[in-house]
Amino acid sequence: MADTSFDIIVVGGGPGGYVAAIRAAQLGMKTAVVEREHMGGICLNWGCIPTKALLRTSEVYGLIKHADAYGLSVKDVSYDPKKIVERSRKVAKQLSNGVSMLMRKNKITVFDGTAKLAGAGKLAVAMNDKTNHTLSYKNLIIATGARARNLPGLEADGKLVWTYKEAMVPPEFPKSLLVIGSGAIGIEFASFYRTMGAEVTVCEVVDRILPVEDEEVSAFAKRAFEKQGMKILTGATVSNLKKGANNVTATIKVGDKTQEITVDRVISAVGIVGNVENLGLEGTKVKVEKTHIVIDQWGFTGEPNVYAIGDVAGPPWLAHKAMHEGVLVVEKIAGVKGVHPMVTTNIPGCTYCQPQVASIGLTEAAAKAKGLQLRVGKFPFIGNGKAIALGEPEGFIKTIFDAKTGELLGAHMIGAEVTELIQGYSIAKTLETTEVELMATVFPHPTLSEMMHESVLAAYGRTLHI
Amino acid sequence: MSINILMPALSPTMTEGKLAKWHVKEGDTVKSGQVVCEIETDKATMEVEAVDEGKVGKIVVPEGTEGVKVNAVIAVLLEEGETEVKGGAPAAEPAKAEAPKAEAPKAEAPKAEPPKSAAAPAAAPAKPATQPAAASNGKRIFASPLAKRIAAEKGVDLAGIRGSGPNGRIVKADVENAKPGAAAPAAGAPKAPAAKPPSAPAQPIFTAPGDQRIPHTPVRKVIARRMLESKQTVPHFYLTVELEIDALLAARTAINEVARKKDARVSVNDMVIKACAKALRDHPECNASWAEDEMIQYGAVDISVAVATDRGLITPIVRNADMKGVAQISIEMKDLAARAKVGKLKLEEFQGGGFTISNLGMFGLKEFAAIINPPQAMILAVGAGEERAVVRKGEMVIRNMMSCTLAVDHRVVDGAMGAQFLQTLRAYIEQPAAMLV
Repeated sequence: MADTSFDIIVVGGGPGGYVAAIRAAQLGMKTAVVEREHMGGICLNWGCIPTKALLRTSEVYGLIKHADAYGLSVKDVSYDPKKIVERSRKVAKQLSNGVSMLMRKNKITVFDGTAKLAGAGKLAVAMNDKTNHTLSYKNLIIATGARARNLPGLEADGKLVWTYKEAMVPPEFPKSLLVIGSGAIGIEFASFYRTMGAEVTVCEVVDRILPVEDEEVSAFAKRAFEKQGMKILTGATVSNLKKGANNVTATIKVGDKTQEITVDRVISAVGIVGNVENLGLEGTKVKVEKTHIVIDQWGFTGEPNVYAIGDVAGPPWLAHKAMHEGVLVVEKIAGVKGVHPMVTTNIPGCTYCQPQVASIGLTEAAAKAKGLQLRVGKFPFIGNGKAIALGEPEGFIKTIFDAKTGELLGAHMIGAEVTELIQGYSIAKTLETTEVELMATVFPHPTLSEMMHESVLAAYGRTLHI
Repeated sequence: MSINILMPALSPTMTEGKLAKWHVKEGDTVKSGQVVCEIETDKATMEVEAVDEGKVGKIVVPEGTEGVKVNAVIAVLLEEGETEVKGGAPAAEPAKAEAPKAEAPKAEAPKAEPPKSAAAPAAAPAKPATQPAAASNGKRIFASPLAKRIAAEKGVDLAGIRGSGPNGRIVKADVENAKPGAAAPAAGAPKAPAAKPPSAPAQPIFTAPGDQRIPHTPVRKVIARRMLESKQTVPHFYLTVELEIDALLAARTAINEVARKKDARVSVNDMVIKACAKALRDHPECNASWAEDEMIQYGAVDISVAVATDRGLITPIVRNADMKGVAQISIEMKDLAARAKVGKLKLEEFQGGGFTISNLGMFGLKEFAAIINPPQAMILAVGAGEERAVVRKGEMVIRNMMSCTLAVDHRVVDGAMGAQFLQTLRAYIEQPAAMLV
C-alpha cells in the first residue's frame, strides 16, 4: 500500500461521508474514505434510492389501475415481484458505482474495511481482505451512520419480521403486513405494499401517524391512507409477536383494549440507533449519548481533530442533512471563509408515500409553543388547475408566518409531487424572505407551484383562487 | 437637538476601529476640546475631542468594542435644556454628510505641507479610493428582507451592523444580536475588513493538532495590504553600495563628546538619517512620488524610519531632517521610537514622509532589500557596520564597512539617477564633514 497518511480520513462512505470526502478533495486535501460495505451507504444501497425505485413502481401501478379515469383501457394488469426488486437493485447498483467513480475522479483513496481509532492521529483499518493497516490523519470525520433499532420482543429476524433491508428485497410480496412505526420509513413501505395489493395495518405508539409532521398533515394523511384501505392504529403498542410457520400473530394494545392480528410479515420501523460501536471511541473525548455522538455546531466531538456528521451525530436522520454537514465540517477544517453552522429549521424533510408529504421549519404547534403570533395560510389541491388536470386533487399546502416580522416559520405540504416543490420554500427560508417577496414572486401557470403562492396569499387573506 | 458623536476616521486607511476607552460617562458635561474617548485605529491609539458642548446623554458603543465602523454613532450629546435622548436612540440618520463635522481627531494633520497630501493621502479623513462600501453614506446595504423588517421593528440602524451572511449580507441573527439604536457590530463570523487584506490564500490552509488560528490585528492588516500593493504595483529595482564608515564612526565619537551635554547620544543610524536627508536635498528628483498624471516633488525632506514594535512595523517621521543637527535628530528619534512602541504616536508623526530608512544592522545582517513604502519612491535598507578586508591602493586593509541597498520605484527614478543619489550619499557617509558644509 502506498499512502497511509492523509489530511482527512472519512470513516463511512454514505452520503455524508462521500460528499465530505469530495469537498475535502476539491479543497486540495489528501483524502481517504474507509467503507466496510459499499460506497453510497444505506441511502444509496438500502434506503432513499432503492425505495424510490420501488415507490415509482407502485405509483405507476396505481395509475394503471385507475387508467379508466384517464380514458385509457388497460386489461389484465399484473406484476412480477422479482422484476420489481431487480429494477430497484439495478438502480442502487448504478448509483453506487457512480459514487466509486466520483471517488476515483477526485483522487480519493477508498479503503474497503472497518476503521477503529488507534491513538491521536492514528486509525487502524481491518481490511475486508483480512490485511491490517494503520493510517494517520490530520483530521478525522466519523460518518458511520445508523441502523434500524430493535425493540425487545419485536426483534427483526429477517424472515417473518423484517427491517427496511429485508422489506426492500422480498422474495415474494406478502398478502398481509403489519408495519410497526409510522415515521417516514414505515409509512413508505406501508404505502408501497398497500398499493401493490397487500392488506396493511400500521401501528403507531403516539396519537398520530408521521409524528414529526404538522398535525393537519398527519390527520390528512391518515384519512387518505384509510381511504386506500390501509388500517391505522394510533396510540397502539405491539406487546408480543408470536411467530408461526409462515405468519406472525401480533398482540396489539390500543387504550384498554387488546386485539390480535395475524399477518404474513411484520416490518419493524421503530427508529434507528447510531453506529457507534467498535470505533475505538473508548478512552477518547468523544461522547456518546443515546447511541449518538455528541458534536458542537461545527461537528467537533471534543477529541482533537475528530469530527462527526450525519446519522451517527444525531437527528434529523436525513441524507441531505448529512451531506450539508459533511461540507460545512470540511470547510470549517480548511478555514474557508463564511462557513455557517447548520440551521436545523431550514432542513426540509420528504416522505414518498402516496400522497407525498414534505415540510420545512416549524409546525403550527411548535410555532405556537414558542409564543409567536402567527399567520397561517392553507391552499387545497382542489383549487389548483394543474392538480385537477393531473387527476390529483387531494392535498394542501400550509404556510406559517411570524405575524410580526413576516418570517416564513414553516411550510407543510401533502399531495402529488410536493417533495419536488418544497425546495422553493427552502430557498425562501435560507434567503430569509418574508411574505412580501413570496407574494411578489411570479409562479408559472399552470403548475402545482402556484399553490405555494396561494398558500402565502391565504395567510394574509388574499388568496385568489378559492 | 441632541448631537450625535460619530466614529471619526482618524486615518485614510481606517474603515473601522476599536473604541478603546471612554473618558466620560453618561451624565457628564463636556466642553469643546475635552477628550471624550480613545480610539485604537489601524496604527495607533488616538484621543478624540468633543467639538460641541453638552451633556453626555447616551454612550452608544461601549468601551472595548472592536470593529466600530467609521461614522457610526458612538455617543449622543444633549444640548442645554435637553434631558434625554429622543426616541431612545439616535437610529436612522447617523452617518450621512455630517460625519466629519461632529468630531475631529486631536491629531489633525498639519496644514503646513500642502503638496504632499495629494500623493500621500495623509490628512483628509475622507474616503480612501481603495475601500469598498462600508454601508453608510448612502451606499447600498445588503441585508435579507427579514433582517430589514426586524431592524425596522427594533429601531436598529443597519448601517451599524456587521453582516455575517454570504458576502457580508446582514441576516436575521445579526439584527437580533444588535441592541436597539446600537451601532455595535453583531456577533457572528469575523468578517473580512473593508480594506480587504490580501490574505485569502489561493489554497486553503489546513490545520493539524497544535496549530493555532490568530486573528489579524489592525496593524497587521494594514501592513499586509500596503506591502502587497507595493510589491504588485510598484516596479522595484535595487542598488547596493558598500560604504566605508571609519570616518563616520570617528565623527560620531567626536560628536557624542559634545552632544553629551545636550543629553543626546548619536547613533550611526541618526547619522545615516542626516546623510540621506542631505542627499535628498541635493537630489530633489528622488524626494518624489508617482501620481497618475504628474510627478510630485516634495519641498521638505521628511525621513520615515522603520521601527519594530510588538504591534508590528510602524514608520515615524523625522521632519526636515536635512535642516536638523544629528543631536536633534537623535533626540527626536528616541522619543518617536519610544512612543511608537506603546502606540502613542500622533497621526502626523507617522503619516507622510518622502523616504524610508530600514536598519536591521543591529541583528548582524550584512545586507538586505526592503519593500518600498508607497507613495514614497525609495527605501534604504541598512546592514550592519562591520570590519571587512578591503583593498586600498593595492593593499589589503581592514576597514569598517556598511552595505546599503536602495529599493527604487522605477516610475519615479531611473537607474542612473538612483546611482547618483547613492554617490552623493556615499560622499556624506564617508566624509561626514561634508554634512556640515
